[in-house]
Amino acid sequence: MPSAHALARRPALTAGGILVTLVLALALLSLLWTPYDPTHVDAAQRLLPPGGGHVLGTDQFGRDVASRLMTGARTTVFVGVVAVGFAAVIGVPMGLAAGMSGGPLSALLMRVSDFLLAFPALLLAIMLAAVYGTSTLTAMVAIGIASAPGFARVARAATLRVMAAEYVDAARLARRTRAAIALRHVLPNIRDVVIVQASVAFATAVLAEAALSYLGLGTPPPTPSWGRMLLDSQELLFSQPELCLWPGLAVAAAVLGLNLLGDGLRDRFDPTLEGVR
Amino acid sequence: MRVFLRRTASLLVSAVIASFVVFAFLSVLPGDPAEVVLGTNAGTQELAALRHSFGTDRPLVVQYADWAQGLLHGDFGVSYISHDPIGPRISDRLGVTCWLALGGMAVAVLFALPAGVLAAAGHRRPAGALLSAVSQAGIAIPAFLAGILLVYVFAVRAGALPAGGYTPLAEDPAAWARHLVLPCLSLGLVQGAVLTRYVRSAVLTVLHQDFLRTARAKGRRQWPALWRHGLPNAAVPVLTVLGLQLSAVLVGAVVVERVFVVPGLGDLLLQSVADRDLLVVQGVVIVLVVAVLVVNVVTDLLYHLLDPRLRSR
Repeated sequence: MPSAHALARRPALTAGGILVTLVLALALLSLLWTPYDPTHVDAAQRLLPPGGGHVLGTDQFGRDVASRLMTGARTTVFVGVVAVGFAAVIGVPMGLAAGMSGGPLSALLMRVSDFLLAFPALLLAIMLAAVYGTSTLTAMVAIGIASAPGFARVARAATLRVMAAEYVDAARLARRTRAAIALRHVLPNIRDVVIVQASVAFATAVLAEAALSYLGLGTPPPTPSWGRMLLDSQELLFSQPELCLWPGLAVAAAVLGLNLLGDGLRDRFDPTLEGVR
Repeated sequence: MRVFLRRTASLLVSAVIASFVVFAFLSVLPGDPAEVVLGTNAGTQELAALRHSFGTDRPLVVQYADWAQGLLHGDFGVSYISHDPIGPRISDRLGVTCWLALGGMAVAVLFALPAGVLAAAGHRRPAGALLSAVSQAGIAIPAFLAGILLVYVFAVRAGALPAGGYTPLAEDPAAWARHLVLPCLSLGLVQGAVLTRYVRSAVLTVLHQDFLRTARAKGRRQWPALWRHGLPNAAVPVLTVLGLQLSAVLVGAVVVERVFVVPGLGDLLLQSVADRDLLVVQGVVIVLVVAVLVVNVVTDLLYHLLDPRLRSR
């Protein structure tokens, strides 16, 4: 366990860690328990103020806001984990192969990733939704494809650094196969940058998921999602503005937490960069 | 000049690949426009007739060639649903989206340049730390959320600005400007917060360069030295980010148009997705993607123009 003093020296890492843990805890808790059924519609309980039986009040359909916020966290985490995992599984091997082989393969892979980078995630998701209809899966695939080039670039740059090291030369002289070098020497040494990239990509995925759900192109109702809650509450901005506050805060807190965590981890893995950014 | 030719060539190649990808996505994948129009109960004969009139019964290669050739003349085809030509519908709305993107970028630059320079100049003082914190918070707030918050503050509470809608510039310039303020602010403030970080770190890097110390040693004061020698050098990395942000704003406008009910390209795109009017989706997406590609290339060229060190390469 790092001491309190060590944590205080890394405020970004600490604050980011706390925010991310909070979101994860809410998401996990919602699997086991929520105060009310988040999809239960009850006309008699419409637009109750916070307090009383409902900690954060109820929405225009009489659904408990706190329960929906918790289940929304689960949607966010689920979409983020799957999309980022998908992106890493595609991107890291691409970058690793490009970095280790060099030459035309490397150039081709980087061209592909340049092209994908120019192709905005949102447009990809909208196209997928136009063809396959809206679902959580199309949102996850679109965000995943759009995040893959980031992993490929980061993995390639880190692999190029590792390949220049003497221990790789030694492994080559010991007649280790390329696959063995990739697994035993390169992968463990690029792990740190991949973790930092995952944290940043997760933040982007949370933003993208919220935007897609807000546009009605993400997780379809009745499953709660923060973006959808924002859309629903926007109609009530004139009468019940506080309904926008909670999902808005949740999105901002999750993204802020992930970005701080990414920054903090980067400083920790590579102290020479501290404060540069 | 060689750089110019090379970038333009790579732009053309990318645009062709993009048109191919977009076409493949929306035409090769399942979903028959004739079935969408007639419903699933339609008779085989009717379907075949409609497919023939749409031209979707031809081989895909022919369809692609036809569509791509049309694009070169600004002909985007005819909507399967409303039977209007798509080109004029796109060009009508392109202007609205361009105003939004330009306004958003203007807000971002006007906010980020002074804020970033100040944060760098005083990076050991509380003001610098405060600006860093503000920009972290800005990065965490998506444009549509900023839009909702701005509507609450300026439209609901203050009643000073309209919560949504749009008036064309030619009709009433004052109303046009009033309708654009909040959408541009919501697009621009978020990008501005991101940009501030880059301006700050670019200026910080420049502050420690030898040429700035030399300028100070010659007797120039801090600010004039920074203005004359520092900022032109800091501009180069900032420009790259600006280019990336302009493309982000073009795409971000899709979401912000929905928040403020602005009839731009994004609104057309989302409406066509809801109607499953695939040819319109295809047209709008290719316009946006080509716009992003052009912005990237122009940024790259400006970069070469601004930094003489890159010219020889």
